[in-house]
Amino acid sequence: MPQQQTSSPEQGRRLDSWAAQAAAPGQSAQSAPPVPTRSAQSAPGRAADSSAVYRAVQGSEAFQEIRRSYRSFVFPACGAFLGWYLLYVAAQAGAPGVMRRPVAGPINVAWLLGLLQFASTFLLTWLYARHARTRRDRAALELRWDTQDQLR
Amino acid sequence: MTTATPPPVAATGDHHDLAIVLFAVIVLVTLGITLWVGRRGGAAEDFYVGGRDFTPLQNGFALSGDYLSAASFLGVAGLIALYGYDGALYSIGFLVAWLVVLMLVAELVRNAGRYTLADVLALRLRRRKVRAAAGGASVVVTLLYLVAQMVGAGSLVALLLGTSSAQARTWTIVAVGGLMIIYVTVGGMRATTWIQIVKAFLLIAGSVLLTVLLLIRFHGDVAELMRQAAQHSGAGQRYLEPGLKYGGSFTSRLDFFSLGLALVLGTAGLPHILSRFYTVPTARAARRSTMWAIGLVGSFYLMAIALGLGATALVGSGEVRHANAAGNTAVPLLALVLGGGNGSTGGVVLFALISAIAFATILAVVAGLTLASSAAFAHDIWAGAWRGRPRRGQGAVPASRQSDGEAVEHEEVGVARIAAVGIGAIAIVLSLFAQQLNVAFLVGLAFAVAASANLPVLLYSLFWRRFTARGAVWSVYGGLIPAVLLVVFSPVVSGTRTALFPGMDFHWFPLENPGVVSIPLGFLAGWIGTMTSAEPADPDRYAELEVRALTGAGAA
Repeated sequence: MPQQQTSSPEQGRRLDSWAAQAAAPGQSAQSAPPVPTRSAQSAPGRAADSSAVYRAVQGSEAFQEIRRSYRSFVFPACGAFLGWYLLYVAAQAGAPGVMRRPVAGPINVAWLLGLLQFASTFLLTWLYARHARTRRDRAALELRWDTQDQLR
Repeated sequence: MTTATPPPVAATGDHHDLAIVLFAVIVLVTLGITLWVGRRGGAAEDFYVGGRDFTPLQNGFALSGDYLSAASFLGVAGLIALYGYDGALYSIGFLVAWLVVLMLVAELVRNAGRYTLADVLALRLRRRKVRAAAGGASVVVTLLYLVAQMVGAGSLVALLLGTSSAQARTWTIVAVGGLMIIYVTVGGMRATTWIQIVKAFLLIAGSVLLTVLLLIRFHGDVAELMRQAAQHSGAGQRYLEPGLKYGGSFTSRLDFFSLGLALVLGTAGLPHILSRFYTVPTARAARRSTMWAIGLVGSFYLMAIALGLGATALVGSGEVRHANAAGNTAVPLLALVLGGGNGSTGGVVLFALISAIAFATILAVVAGLTLASSAAFAHDIWAGAWRGRPRRGQGAVPASRQSDGEAVEHEEVGVARIAAVGIGAIAIVLSLFAQQLNVAFLVGLAFAVAASANLPVLLYSLFWRRFTARGAVWSVYGGLIPAVLLVVFSPVVSGTRTALFPGMDFHWFPLENPGVVSIPLGFLAGWIGTMTSAEPADPDRYAELEVRALTGAGAA
């Protein structure tokens, strides 16, 4: 089995170079929020000082859009699932009568909610991955190459 | 974990002989992997993160391998076999926790760090104190977790081999400790990862096999399985309702809430899980490996629930409890029954097979923990803080590596190897003294410390613009110290019959798990520390961290 790993670094890089190629033509056609990555370069061009580059990129519209897109999905989603999980745990103590109520056959409300925890975890994983893939990955990758160009 | 009488359904016999043979095969295979893989490269990149060239699928298996300890495989199924619904409730926290890892931690840590959790903090807070605090907390967490695994290993292997003598347990702990030191010092992250992958594959395959056999036995009728489980549980319908284990007093319910909080928030602060994200090339790959891990861990716990119910239905709660008071042999006993019962070839083979998988699980998890612990010691405490070399992250320019830096890194790997031996030895000694402690409690404690000391500082660093070095130091110690102190004054250490010092009583904290108090304290301490800082946060460094974390620019 260990031999397989020789193929893996290329695979990882291939993923990224594929994404980079795909991003170039697709950039304007994308239905996702428009990401004017080039604006990052209007920052103090070939500054030798890397912190100036990072500050400029951080202030660029492209980066702000990536951050907004990331945070506006992740923060509410985390609040929602943490609340839902803690509510479920607290319900064992707070509402044992409700939890005992039978639903179907041997399944009662407690088992149903427990299985729904599994389902919601899988669902949220899928939703997050889809959001990251369609809204964030391309823009982030473009900005990565831009920033690294400026740092060089 | 208490001493065990030999399982009554399994008198004495050949199934232990076959188990011993399979245990030996597992030791040989893992040592073979270590030697084969360990030949490749001795650079810091190889030792700490296996060359960063694993695929998301491989790393997903390795992540679930690191996460699904023997405590999960045998412990969770055992809890379900004994306590029904309450056991299943326990397993859900372990899965939901991965959402925190997926959304808040995996990608950002991959981009911002290099080898350890403290790297992420050091990128913006370049202070030796910060590195020392974060590295120290990581060592504490991994050591606690390591002791939990090794104590479990001792009683478990002795149990699976059919002896219950104290000597057998002691030698098992020493042997497991010795093996994990060899894996880590010789093979580094590459060998550890391959051992995790093999183990996770065996674990999932074994669970699928048992679940399929179980469902065939019940003709696919899960409702009938649940009904029979309730019938043979000795508790009737209450077996399927909440409250059998955690239902007693308000204190025990609050204790479970505390444990639930620690499980959900602790996973994202476990050093051996975080360091896995550095073994893949990109943040995207880190995300995809987390998705694989969530799929594998989730399906595993679903199967564990079925197997726990199956053990109650086919073996009976009484028998399970008689074999081991904590229920740890529920799954092997179920395997014996599903294979055709004691004395049948099928039963013997299946019992030995499942026992061997549990053994592989123990070996793999302790190896991963030892590696994370030695990395935190060598990279953070020794190189980062003690030697005081001003590590500027790795700088923004990847090309700035000089031969001088490589020599220093080479030295650091040497220290890490020595640290692995030292930490392994400490873990062995601690485990020998901690043998009577409850394993599930130790695991819960490790999660609580990780959630209190590691998670607040990590989240503040990644998301809070004004966070300062002082806030970081306060946050780590403000979570770590209360967590440890509250345990010292909890009923686990004194005041009850099952306590560490049963003869004394100096406990005043009512809960076994400190999470519900210490986790908010960790967050609060970080906030107060930042607010009272004399110097403000450096916006340049936060810009670098933020841009790097979200785009991957300049990532290692």
